Amino acid sequence: MDLATVTARLLKLATKVSDEVGSIISNPELDARMDRVPANLGPYGVDPFGFDPEYLKKCMGMVSWIYHNYFRCQVFGVANVPEGRCLLVGNHSGQLPFDAAMVSTAVFLEREPPRFVRSMIERFVPDTPFISTFMARCGQILGTPENCRRVLSNGDAILVFPEGVGGLNKTWRDRYRLQEFGQGFMRLAIETASPIVPVAVIGAEEQAPTFINAKFIGKLFGVPAFPITPTNPLLPVVGLLPYPTRYRIYFGKPLQFTGDANDEDEVILKKVDEVKATMQAMIDDGLAAREHVFW
Amino acid sequence: MRILITGIAGRLGRRVANRLRRNHEVIGIDRRPCPALPTDIVHHRVDIRRRPAEDVFRHAKIDAVIHLGIIHNFRIPAEQLHARNVMGTETLLKYVSKYNVKKLVLLSSGDVYGASAENSQFIDEDVPLMASQRFPEIRALVAVDRMVQSFFWRHHDIETVILRPTFIVGPNVRNAPSKYFRLRVIPTLMGFDPMVQLLHEDDLLRMLDASLKPGLRGVFNLAGTAPVPLSRILKILGKPTIPVPAPIARALLERAWKYRLTSFPAPELDHIRYNTVLDTSRAKEVLGIEPERSLYEILEPFRAEDQADYTD
Repeated sequence: MDLATVTARLLKLATKVSDEVGSIISNPELDARMDRVPANLGPYGVDPFGFDPEYLKKCMGMVSWIYHNYFRCQVFGVANVPEGRCLLVGNHSGQLPFDAAMVSTAVFLEREPPRFVRSMIERFVPDTPFISTFMARCGQILGTPENCRRVLSNGDAILVFPEGVGGLNKTWRDRYRLQEFGQGFMRLAIETASPIVPVAVIGAEEQAPTFINAKFIGKLFGVPAFPITPTNPLLPVVGLLPYPTRYRIYFGKPLQFTGDANDEDEVILKKVDEVKATMQAMIDDGLAAREHVFW
Repeated sequence: MRILITGIAGRLGRRVANRLRRNHEVIGIDRRPCPALPTDIVHHRVDIRRRPAEDVFRHAKIDAVIHLGIIHNFRIPAEQLHARNVMGTETLLKYVSKYNVKKLVLLSSGDVYGASAENSQFIDEDVPLMASQRFPEIRALVAVDRMVQSFFWRHHDIETVILRPTFIVGPNVRNAPSKYFRLRVIPTLMGFDPMVQLLHEDDLLRMLDASLKPGLRGVFNLAGTAPVPLSRILKILGKPTIPVPAPIARALLERAWKYRLTSFPAPELDHIRYNTVLDTSRAKEVLGIEPERSLYEILEPFRAEDQADYTD
């Protein structure tokens, strides 16, 4: 191979890389999509919850790159996400909540017309500098029942994980087994007459296989968990990055529940179990259909 | 209507009196002197807790009381603040029920909810008042609000109105938010950019006036502008800002407060750290007052002098 071909190849590679980087920094296609998402903006470019579409546009290039090139998400049944208010209910896993970002991105990128899904953030976030502002400008809201009620009554879609951190930080032993569900989401769905869309994420579980969760170390750093994985804490910080597994995201048919939102726990739990069973079945089907974890 | 205004000698008190005297007979009560009042306003210079205050009620049939005489200055020792605000209000409530006053309007504050990370995005009137949890100095103001609330439930024949305005800002106002915007260099908390609402003093006067409407009662959150990130407000002001890490800012401000170098108590920092957005839908519906002042108009007197007209 002579010098000329090597230079030509290197140049080609360089243009490819710069194109890729360019599309991460600014992507007119994504911007146009974002403009099609209905938002209730005030006169100052933000909605009452602090969501700023112009800010999100700047992040979307990066997120969409991760979505396409890192996790290489495959999406099934995204048309099941209806118009108007709805609750997307998903299984939570993977130590770091990339699954939330990928589900929202899937609805944004793959659904026609695109929808913006808000996720509910943990209570410690508003107290954390930079992250609090970042989350708010990206349209994420603190997960209080009052906030959910308000967003749903505005006709928005929200993403909830009834397992909470119990699902996110579970260990390898419990992979793809749904943990205990909270009831709050069901009471909200009944109260606001919102359909529930079950969502199953396959692949997030393997991004950070956890032997044990050393909570006491997490406590020292003020975080709710400290997963011991093959790379964490052997490789500091880098070891916490998710492995590039392939995500498969399944959206199920919307479920509608009726009744009294303030009913006894027993009655509500029955309905919660119905959702849980649907999701577990979707997860099991997804696992059976998968041939390889990484591709 | 004959209206009694407590705290008439204050900046807001005078403005309220001057506005109401066009349509009503206004009487003032304040322990401070109140010079240069229009001659048709009678001012009684007496502490509401002292016996002569009762004579004001005894000698004139009062139709409505506007309670503005609440001290927000946290430099005053806690015992005094408590005695003057809480005991003063208690005495006032006694007279209101004893002398058959038909209406009582309390100007409380949106601060009584407390700024905290746990708050939902919108705070409506039924949210518990948690301010004293993180801001002990404010407990007298919370106590006054609670007292008037229970008065509201006990006396159905008296139309009780509690107004809880968000940050009141204006050229004549000297509260913490107005003083903050007047600073030449504005400190912010690094990494925090909460949503805030502002209310111009003129709009507050119009809302106060509207709350006197016969038959109107209840608790109302008040705000003028739509919620907007603090950073946008500072951009409009066009002043230099310094971001300070929150723990350092707090430690510095605590020291500065102790040595009387600042007029901002350290817990005020929570207001530039957490969202304190009030849900004002009830006021919009019942009072029916649309605020007239836009964000730009409100901020105009606080902007850096060498700024060209603001364009976004």
